[in-house]
This record gives sequence, C-alpha cells and structure tokens, in this order.
Amino acid sequence: MMRKTLAAVLLVLPLLVMAEARPLGEDPAVEARLKALSTELRCLVCQNQTLSDSSAPLAEDLRREIRELIAKGMTDKEITEYLVARYGDFVRYRPPVKSQTLLLWVGPTVLLLAGLGGLWWVLRKRNSLLPDENDNENGEEA
Amino acid sequence: MKPMLKYLLPLAIFMVLVGFFAVGLKLDPREVPSPLVDKPAPAFRLPVLNEAGKTFAPEDMRGKVWLLNVWASWCGACREEHPLLMEMSRSGAVPLVGLDYKDTDAEGTGVLSQAGNPYQVVVTDADGRVGIDYGVYGVPETYVIDKAGVIRYKQIGPITEESMRTKIMPLVKGLQ
Repeated sequence: MMRKTLAAVLLVLPLLVMAEARPLGEDPAVEARLKALSTELRCLVCQNQTLSDSSAPLAEDLRREIRELIAKGMTDKEITEYLVARYGDFVRYRPPVKSQTLLLWVGPTVLLLAGLGGLWWVLRKRNSLLPDENDNENGEEA
Repeated sequence: MKPMLKYLLPLAIFMVLVGFFAVGLKLDPREVPSPLVDKPAPAFRLPVLNEAGKTFAPEDMRGKVWLLNVWASWCGACREEHPLLMEMSRSGAVPLVGLDYKDTDAEGTGVLSQAGNPYQVVVTDADGRVGIDYGVYGVPETYVIDKAGVIRYKQIGPITEESMRTKIMPLVKGLQ
C-alpha cells in the first residue's frame, strides 16, 4: 500500500510542476527573425556552418549581438551591414554582386556555356567524319 | 597541324588547372580579409587587467604607432607567438597593448605571470563585445594601428618570425 501511494505521488508530482520548456529568448518574434537572419550568415570559426547551426562561442556571441540589434529596432538589412562592416562580405552566404564577386556569380554560367560549345563542336566534327547515311543532313556541311 | 592540336589542347587545359591549384594551395581560406584595414580603429573603453578602476581607450595611444594584440589564456596558438611578443617588448620597437579576449582575470593574470608580460597595457574584454567590433574570429589576432588611430594591418593567427620581419616591422617603421 505504502509503495503504491508513493508511486502515485511520484507520478502525479511532475504533472503539478510541469510547464512548457522556456524558449531561449523572451520574444518569439525576435527569435524568428534571428533564426531567419542567422541562416543567411556564416560562422567565421567553422566556416561551412551558418550562424544558426554553429555552436562555436563566437556564433553564440554574434547571435546575442543580433538579438540586441533587433531589440534596438534595426532592420535585417542594417544588421547584415553591421556584421559586414566588421567581418567583410564573407559573413554573408549570398555575396553581393560586384566587380570582385562577378566571377563567382557568372562563372558557372560561363563554364556551362563553354561546355555546351565544346560539346557542339565535338559532335559536329564527329558528324562530319561519319560516312554519309542521310544525304539531307549532311548536305549543308558539304 | 590538327593532330598536334589534339595533343596540345589537353596539355594546355592541364597546365591551366595546375596553375589554379598552385595558386589555390597558397591561399588560406581561414584568412578572411578584414574590412577594417584602413578604417579607424573602433573605439572602446575597457578595464585594465588587475588595476581596479583604471580603463584604457585607443585614444590614449593617439600620436603613437602601436599594436593591439588579441589573446587569451585558453588560446594555444597565443603561446606560439608569445616569445616574439616578449622580444618585441624588450627591444622597445613598438608599444604593445593586449586585449584579453573572453577570459577571466585570474586566468589571464596567471598566464602573464608565468610566461612574462610583453604588454604595456592589458585590457579585458570578458564578454567579447569589443572583439566583435574588431571582427575578431580567431585568436590570436594583431592589429597595427597608426598615429591617427587607423588600422593599417591585421594579422590573423599567431605572429611568425616571417610575418614580423616582412610585414609588421617594416610597416611600423614606415609609419613611425
């Protein structure tokens, strides 16, 4: 009997004191903005992680800083600029288009076009080496 | 001519690739160029380590060329550069200010009393806020600040004999 009562008390006790886990920040709206912003920003200590994913001490400090800047009423753009002024464009996962980053932005397209051009060139050459099977197709090249 | 090209073209492409890799090997992705170079050193006023009530601000060094060295007791690489800092301090070539970054006073003091204190002043940035203003992301970092309070160079990672001889000292001499 004694044990049953004890078990019941132990079972009920947590129900009395249970509460929802406290969020890390006070204001869910601030946290949502912090989350959105920090997925766009790079953690400089572990460079292939976002600020939001990283648990490096610097990332924690920067999240705290961003939280404070949001509380000060700064816009997302202003906050990003604040960090860029300190750490450079490298903190942004989406670097801005400017003369220094142009190659980064157009490079893949240029490579794709070069590849397609090369492919076209090789195929055309190979085609002209093939024995004529269809006079209509090869007529133009002759 | 045509068969020649067939062999030379892959070779040329290969050479270009080798060129890219050779350059890429020398680049250190951990070294992010600081946007703060050639900008005024961010202002701060921080407590001086072990001197209660005393503070230090970059303005106090106006008119002097000086180095701001960010270090911490928990930072292993800081010990690598420590002998060089001691040497610099002995020679009196340039005043050194230490910024004890995200550290406790007791541990910071412990390291300095054990290994020697090369700094003219040591300030403490316990919560790392000034570090953020200076774009610190990997300790140690060293800033060369000129007479007008402008950052002229940033060394990321420990100072080496080479970086001291080829970059820092010539720059300091030129600025003085």
